[in-house]
Amino acid sequence: MTTEAATQQVMTTADGTPLKVSLAKAQRRLKIRALLLVAPLLLFILITFFVPVFDMLFRSVENQIVPEVLENTAPLLLKWDDRDGELPPEEVFAAAKEDFVKGAKAKTILRVGSRMNYEQSGFSSLFRKTARRAKNFESPYKEAFIKADRKWGDLDTWRILKRESGAFTISYYLAAMDLSYGPSGDITMKPKGEAIYLTLFWRTLKLSFLITILCLALAYPISYLMSTLPLKTSNLLMILVLLPFWTSLLVRTTAWIALLQQEGVINDLLVYFGLITDDNRLAMIHNATGTVVAMTHILLPFMVLPLFSVMKTIPPTYMRAAKNLGATPTVAFIRVYFPNTVSGIGAGGILVFIISIGYYITPALVGGVDGTLISNFIAYHMSTSLNWGLAAALGVLLLGIVLVLYYFYDKIVGVDNMKFG
Amino acid sequence: MALPAYTTPGERVWFYSYRTICGLIFFFLIAPIVVIIPLSFNAVPFFTFTEEMLKFDPAGYSLKWYEDFFTSLNWRGAVKNSGIIALFSTLIATFLGTVAALGLSKSEMPFKSTIMALLISPMIVPLIISAAGMYFFYSRIGLQGTYIGVILAHAALGTPFVVITVTATLSGFDLVLIRSAASLGATPTTTFFRIIVPLILPGVISGALFAFITSFDEVVVVLFVGSYEQRTIPWQMFSGIRERISPTILAVATILVIVSIMLLTVVELLRRRTERLRGVTPA
Amino acid sequence: MNVSLKQSALALAAVAAIGIGSISVANAEETLVVVSWGGAYTDSQQKAYHEPYMAMHPDVKIVNDDSSAEAVAKLRAMSESGNVSWALVDAVASDAIRLCDEGLIEEIDFDKVLAPAPDGTPASQDFGNLIVSPCFIPQIVYSTTFGYRTDLVKEPPTTIADVFDLEKIPGKRSLEKRPIGNLEWALIADGVDPEKVYDVLDTEEGVDRAFAKLDTIKDQVVWWEAGAQTPQLLADGEVVMGSTYNGRLFSVIEEEKQPVAMMWDWQVFDLDGWVVPVGGPNHDLVMDYLKFATDTQRLADQAKFISYGPARKSSAPLVGKHASLGIEMGPHMPTAPENAKHTLLFNYEWWADRRDDLTERFNAWLAQ
Repeated sequence: MTTEAATQQVMTTADGTPLKVSLAKAQRRLKIRALLLVAPLLLFILITFFVPVFDMLFRSVENQIVPEVLENTAPLLLKWDDRDGELPPEEVFAAAKEDFVKGAKAKTILRVGSRMNYEQSGFSSLFRKTARRAKNFESPYKEAFIKADRKWGDLDTWRILKRESGAFTISYYLAAMDLSYGPSGDITMKPKGEAIYLTLFWRTLKLSFLITILCLALAYPISYLMSTLPLKTSNLLMILVLLPFWTSLLVRTTAWIALLQQEGVINDLLVYFGLITDDNRLAMIHNATGTVVAMTHILLPFMVLPLFSVMKTIPPTYMRAAKNLGATPTVAFIRVYFPNTVSGIGAGGILVFIISIGYYITPALVGGVDGTLISNFIAYHMSTSLNWGLAAALGVLLLGIVLVLYYFYDKIVGVDNMKFG
Repeated sequence: MALPAYTTPGERVWFYSYRTICGLIFFFLIAPIVVIIPLSFNAVPFFTFTEEMLKFDPAGYSLKWYEDFFTSLNWRGAVKNSGIIALFSTLIATFLGTVAALGLSKSEMPFKSTIMALLISPMIVPLIISAAGMYFFYSRIGLQGTYIGVILAHAALGTPFVVITVTATLSGFDLVLIRSAASLGATPTTTFFRIIVPLILPGVISGALFAFITSFDEVVVVLFVGSYEQRTIPWQMFSGIRERISPTILAVATILVIVSIMLLTVVELLRRRTERLRGVTPA
Repeated sequence: MNVSLKQSALALAAVAAIGIGSISVANAEETLVVVSWGGAYTDSQQKAYHEPYMAMHPDVKIVNDDSSAEAVAKLRAMSESGNVSWALVDAVASDAIRLCDEGLIEEIDFDKVLAPAPDGTPASQDFGNLIVSPCFIPQIVYSTTFGYRTDLVKEPPTTIADVFDLEKIPGKRSLEKRPIGNLEWALIADGVDPEKVYDVLDTEEGVDRAFAKLDTIKDQVVWWEAGAQTPQLLADGEVVMGSTYNGRLFSVIEEEKQPVAMMWDWQVFDLDGWVVPVGGPNHDLVMDYLKFATDTQRLADQAKFISYGPARKSSAPLVGKHASLGIEMGPHMPTAPENAKHTLLFNYEWWADRRDDLTERFNAWLAQ
């Protein structure tokens, strides 16, 4: 009887393998099959999206150009002790001559000049001037350099070069946070008139918050209305929300330009009704007002959709019960209805906030000076000032903020609960 | 919804003012889109209603901005590019996204939420960051300023939408259907094509439409990853608005509004079909 | 970060990219892509250079690409990828200097590549001091100057100081959203000797002084980023005066007949010309085209279509009438003696040094 029980305990499949093992095997196979289905997309996203984003991370600290072009000078500079207040030894100058001659031939030396000009103005012309003359330099090189430009006799020139001689740099991040190196190499805040990025980050967060609040204020009443109306009517109203959602972002921005500009529709109406005089037309565009109005309109559907889907699930009996129990409509709303919608507010709010802090197109077109956001400066450094390192550093900081928000979004809503339409 | 007879005057005032506020909000949503349509027929190059337009005088209206759009080489190139780029990126995104969604919806899928979070991130990361990263990286590998570069970038941006819509369709999928198909003697292939495909097809199509509109409407990435040769309609609009706004932009905008109305209709019909197939009455 | 991991990922991606990238290489023979600014400017090049050249060489097709605004960024990206697809680019002098610095464009042997003047003067002397970089072939001299609405100002502005005088001329004005040019104007308006502008700007107090002067009109300024914005703002009456390129103002005044007039005082000269990317395609064709398109007659011809001054001294006497308006173009050139009483030429070298930090400071000042 005991043997019989023992054989019965281990259930086997037809071919004799224990069922547990076989099941685990099957399970593993299914797991692998599921993973194999996801793998192509993961690989695709990895190459087309994640590697580029990591590349940007890398750009924000990369400083290869300096040690590469100044291949003889950089290692010597790194060893040089600048604390005794004397210029680097003659061997450094000799190495620098060699690097300048070679760099001038290969047309790379002036790239270092442009790179160093981000650290201190003047490096660009210093390098250009020196590169032209370096091939005629003769020993002693220290004197030759200083004769070509007095700046080579300045200890600070060499200190900055030493600081940036490594393959990596943090100076782009310092610049992105309005910090700079002081004369003795310590890190200090930039003076008030020159600080800009912290102001911009702060402005971006402030305007995004304002836009989120406005979206919530506008989305809440209409979502509530749609959730209480009969299906047919609410579907009809839903189209009014979805049409802007599906309409090109540039179309909507253009529309706001047509509406808001000084010779635009709204100002014309105000003048027509005598609310303002013709020479006192309101400036509603190319400033922060333009950005806020247009972006609120553009992002409103992102708030309505999650709110509506939450409100739809709240049974009307809750409110009735609260009222039956003696609550006034206001109390019933605040104590019963509103708490039930908090998850929708969270979902919509974070989504709108995330989208708006990274917005570029609309502020670029209607933002003017005080309505532009941090994204606009990233774009500016990418295409106009060409300080790619700074663009990357600003991008990484912005990405950091977004990822923190994304994390909370995932915790509150769960990305797999995201839906459209 | 009529008011019951026993409402107090206060409630009545509240009711109507609430309705008015909602009306104004809906007006805010839709008016900007509606207003550009008549303006695009303006006879003069301004963004405002002229006296003649308000009097419905035919002289106040003109089709010249549409003519401008259809005859301009720049715009024609842009339409062609938008079509090519959106088509190919949609195909890539739809294929990869659907396959991945099939995997994700399996209950055996390990690290499901992490993978999901990774796959959705192209939608969450600000476009300027994606654009910056792609610009730097695609420059390194020679894809900057090529059609392939833009198509790959747009495909990456479009996949989250496909993954989300198809996973949502599959989440309402009744597994019993597969088992009954199997027990009735269907091979896995037959089951896939006869049962699964028809059921998820609406989700796939609406995901594809989202991917399409993402590419069709995208401007930041194409501005950086693309070059003049790859200029799309939004690119052309963006530089048009920056430079000099002519009502041609409004004509393009009107055409795009019509395109989006058509897309919206298709998506709505598909959504209803999915719900009907699943036997769920739309709540 | 694990560098080797990253590098292998890069390499992997590169291999994948090359695999698919090779499909897209389809370069028809004898098609010359010319990158320029678009709009009226490209039109003028099309008529003065491209069409006659194509008439002489029926097997060559010239295609315009309006990407000059992104020239430096794009060329840098192309050079990183080792895949330079541009053959010939139209660029402003400061961009050309930067590109030349970075080794992205070719140095030009002026007397060997370019045609001499009709009287035999070698090209390098005919262009003279406008050769500001060994990589840059100047085409036109253009200027950034002011236009004002004749019907919206009580008395017309006559000097640069009037731009900063809100009492004499109230109302909004538009200026370019960058420090270059504006700082110089601010100092001249503040009474600095124009000869010494850059010396003053070299000092911290000088920069402060320029910003202080700009501060006095800051809330009345609309900042523009594209050359077409000031003409639009003037036409709409959103500003009473504004700076922009003189050619844009010419078309507002003479072609669109808007009530706008020019104020040439202390116009800022700048140069625009050709650069040849290192490693670009169709090299021989480009050189042949350049010899033709930069000769004395061709440069003079361009002025028939747009009011920018030809860069060769020998072209000036050949400037004729506008092709469609029939007006004499000479008096509309920024270089005409009547217009050029007070002019400022950029100190390119100085700005190459100071552009980064002064632009930062300017942006910070704007954001305040």
